[in-house]
Amino acid sequence: MSDITLHIIDREGKKHQVLAPTDMAMNLMEVIRSYELAPEGTIGVCGGMAMCASCQCYITSDHELSKMEDDEDIMLAEAFHVEDNSRLGCQIPITKYLDGLTLQLAPE
Amino acid sequence: MIHTDILIIGAGPVGMFTVFEAGLLKLHCHLIDALPQAGGQCSEIYPKKPIYDIPAYPEVLAGDLINNLAAQIKPFEPGYTLGERAEIIEKQEDGDFIVTTNKGTKHKAPVVFIAGGLGSFEPRKPPIENITDYEDHGVEYIIRDPEFYRNKRVVISGGGDSALDWSIFLTNIAREVSLVHRRNDFRGALDSVEKVVELSRLGKINLITEAEVKEIHGKEHVNSVTIKHKTAGNIVKKCDHFIPLFGLSPKLGPIGNWGLNIEKNAIKVNNALDYSTNIPGIYAIGDVNTYPGKLKLILCGFHEATIAVQYAYKLINPDKKYVMKYTTVGGVEGFDGTKKVAKKSEVIKINIEPKVPALEL
Repeated sequence: MSDITLHIIDREGKKHQVLAPTDMAMNLMEVIRSYELAPEGTIGVCGGMAMCASCQCYITSDHELSKMEDDEDIMLAEAFHVEDNSRLGCQIPITKYLDGLTLQLAPE
Repeated sequence: MIHTDILIIGAGPVGMFTVFEAGLLKLHCHLIDALPQAGGQCSEIYPKKPIYDIPAYPEVLAGDLINNLAAQIKPFEPGYTLGERAEIIEKQEDGDFIVTTNKGTKHKAPVVFIAGGLGSFEPRKPPIENITDYEDHGVEYIIRDPEFYRNKRVVISGGGDSALDWSIFLTNIAREVSLVHRRNDFRGALDSVEKVVELSRLGKINLITEAEVKEIHGKEHVNSVTIKHKTAGNIVKKCDHFIPLFGLSPKLGPIGNWGLNIEKNAIKVNNALDYSTNIPGIYAIGDVNTYPGKLKLILCGFHEATIAVQYAYKLINPDKKYVMKYTTVGGVEGFDGTKKVAKKSEVIKINIEPKVPALEL
């Protein structure tokens, strides 16, 4: 079992350095919720089905991420505040390759 | 005025199951939901997605779960106020509550169950600075009456089914229809997409892809929008209406102002006993409540509903004795006259002369 470190800027602009387990089948959205970096009810609203975009975040490091599937792509086409580096946190599984990832939560 | 025993706010799976448990105790229920159909998120967001943790269902589609619940509670004849949002709650001198919806429908009940999930579904509003100033002055998030747009110039934005379908529909009514979408692809049903492309070729829909509406203009009423195109830059489009169709997202809404204890966007309840809120007579069950160790699972909501209904019964009938009865024992007697009971065990007689066995000494 090993943990990785993530650097997350919340919606208020505050920086957090958090540890995330790689062996619990967690995704980025769930890690953010587990540390309560965004108020309950404002993130992961659909539970992680790529159907609400409440976990949109901007990936600011150059880690290679899991490929974007159609569900996520389509949801981002309908979301607001979308940038080129937007991803849905719920679609990014936590793996050892993400150690040191930096990201910022998109506005609500 | 609608009268009932338990008024349930939220017609999702947990609100629906409450009708069943209340029915077993001879209590009548009425459900209010902001969505036009029952089922909450299961129907609105993920009807075709499977759920794997409903006890005894290895797999069930969310939509099927709702259909099954509707069948299960039908004998208890629940009333529905759909497409209306519970707005105001008032305590009466007789101890009852009156809940009024945004459309003015009034409901009276001694007990209120809030099974509101993550809140009521509200249209997602694009982040355009002054958009709220134009609401009902040319900006509409929901098309209520298509005739409203007769001979008008309409700009629709969005890439889903409702944006596509309304664009198609309004071509026969509006003077001009423009559809603005950020991408070059649509996620809607294939035939809707093809129809839009076809209508665009015929010049009936002004299809503007890889673009976004960024500004709204007009004095008091919308008269144009600025559309930012990925490569062509800003386009000012004259129009009478701008209709952003970006789906719905849940907001706790007016319930948050009812004087209930709110924590983490949810209603604090007493999970040691009855899932009651800080206001006697109001209970909160399912995803809308919170307590130490809370899990937002449908199956937990079913449990909470069952427990809370027992206490609601005591509140409504303080002097009546009652003990919980298994449905296998008591059956299910609907308010509609139907009755389901377990079959009596069959006793088969055999036709053989009884013989007294000889005793061996």
